[in-house]
Amino acid sequence: MRALVWIVEDTWEATVAEAAAFLPADAEVTLLHVAPGDVETLAEGSRHGLLGRRRPPPLGPPASLRVISDEAAEALLDEARERFGREAGTERRRGRVEREVVAAAEGMDILVLARDGDHSRLGPHSLGPPARFVVDHAPCRVLLVWADTPPAVETIPPPPEHPPKHPPPN
Amino acid sequence: MPEAVSLVLALLVLAGTLAAAVVHSRWPVEALVAAGGAALLVAVGTLSVADARHALGDLGPTVGFLAALLVLAEGCRREGLFDAMGGLMAAGARGSPRRLLALVFAVAATVTAVLSLDATVVLLTPIVFATAARLRTSPRPHVYACSHLANSASLLLPVSNLTNLLAFHASGLSFMRFAGLMALPTAAAVAVEWMVLTRFFAVDLQRPRRARTGDTERPELPRFALAVVALTLAGFGLSSVLGIAPVWVAVAGAAAITAPALARRTTTARTLALAAEPSFLVFVLGLGVIVRAASDHGLADAARALLPSGVALPELLAVAAVSAILANLVNNLPATLILVPVAAPSGAAAVLAVLVGVNIGPNLTYVGSLATLLWRRVLHVEDHEVELGEFVRLGALTVPAGLILATVLLWFSAQGLT
Repeated sequence: MRALVWIVEDTWEATVAEAAAFLPADAEVTLLHVAPGDVETLAEGSRHGLLGRRRPPPLGPPASLRVISDEAAEALLDEARERFGREAGTERRRGRVEREVVAAAEGMDILVLARDGDHSRLGPHSLGPPARFVVDHAPCRVLLVWADTPPAVETIPPPPEHPPKHPPPN
Repeated sequence: MPEAVSLVLALLVLAGTLAAAVVHSRWPVEALVAAGGAALLVAVGTLSVADARHALGDLGPTVGFLAALLVLAEGCRREGLFDAMGGLMAAGARGSPRRLLALVFAVAATVTAVLSLDATVVLLTPIVFATAARLRTSPRPHVYACSHLANSASLLLPVSNLTNLLAFHASGLSFMRFAGLMALPTAAAVAVEWMVLTRFFAVDLQRPRRARTGDTERPELPRFALAVVALTLAGFGLSSVLGIAPVWVAVAGAAAITAPALARRTTTARTLALAAEPSFLVFVLGLGVIVRAASDHGLADAARALLPSGVALPELLAVAAVSAILANLVNNLPATLILVPVAAPSGAAAVLAVLVGVNIGPNLTYVGSLATLLWRRVLHVEDHEVELGEFVRLGALTVPAGLILATVLLWFSAQGLT
């Protein structure tokens, strides 16, 4: 079985723990991180508003955002692999996050990811746009985990008193 | 030369100069084009030598002021001030993305106000990015905060933005009076950013995450750099009392933070000269002469027709709106050079309204102007385009609200002004 585990800042610890608990011991696991390239572009793009004032400072320039981002992703994947406690490969990508995840899931048997939405209002928004896109388009099975504790069954609101009217079947 | 021909020629040179800046080559093309264009306008008689000298004389102190501030900011970086602030933000956030954002707001607004928006964009933003990465949280809200606050918080002091420096002399205000009038508008603009960004990124900021330990070591702030900055600020405040032009205070601050490093040989004269961005300084001087030529031959009249005179609230709102639009079409630097002389006769409040417009306005585009944005998209300069929808939505949510609130508070603050 080939498994892809999508590692995201904030929620990665839960994802790794659940993947370790539920993926079979013989699964061939890849931990994936995708850097949002547009955030780096945004941060560097602000410089262009300065017209000519653009060179990085001459002495020991702050590393370019790309370098900082790559190092951070590398460190995160290393820590995630250590926490996973099993053999796993890693993969780094950069771009539109949700699209890159779907592309990376090609040929996999299962994709593990965490909910990235609003946990305080359970409903469609418990999945943020990236996870929603990935769940909709994943070319394989999906294991969707809670980044914190799953909600209790009692949190389901009571059914509406009058069921919504549906048009009569033809 | 007929007036119309002079105007067309000056506008063509202006357009060429801005285009050279937008193209953003590795070489200082824009400085050469600006200087060459200015020389051309003088050579063909569009601008008299005396007028050109006058324009340069007006801009000289401003450009010197800017150079001193750039050297001061570079000195702060060299002393480790920005790295230390990154460490402080990481420790202070205690693992909460929302607390981190609050700290980023505080630091970015302070750095912008005191060391100018350049320092926030060039020196602080990478630190904030790295800090978010270290805390293993999404950098998106924090990077947006830096990008927006570099503009919104740059209203406060004459040194916060080059546009302010350019308008400072024309405003006729003392350093403290400028700050006093801009305090409430700045607070309003920053408050709008906080309200909008925390809601817009609510999900990113409260993603359920497990509390993390470690990373809580508080770094030492570099006392020397902080002391120099504090004394420089105090000097700015006292400059009018002491009868010293603020530019000399900035020069003293730059010298104070640089001398020990030169003595210790941790920096070189060449590094210092580069930190002052000589090619950019030439560009500003050239741009000033070119705009002066265009203004003298009709551009100022056109601006006068657009810009209402008077300092009642509706006029100030219109001035801020026109300034914001012009800043977005070209860039806020030429917009300031064009509009400030036109607004100045109406009084300090009108000049400050121009600054509200040209400083907050550019948040509609992350690269400073639509011209730059479109050009970059045409060329596909970026590997990863920022989603237009996201930053345009954020700009649309913050800019009009920020402009209106800041202008209303400026009008309120300026009530005592005669």
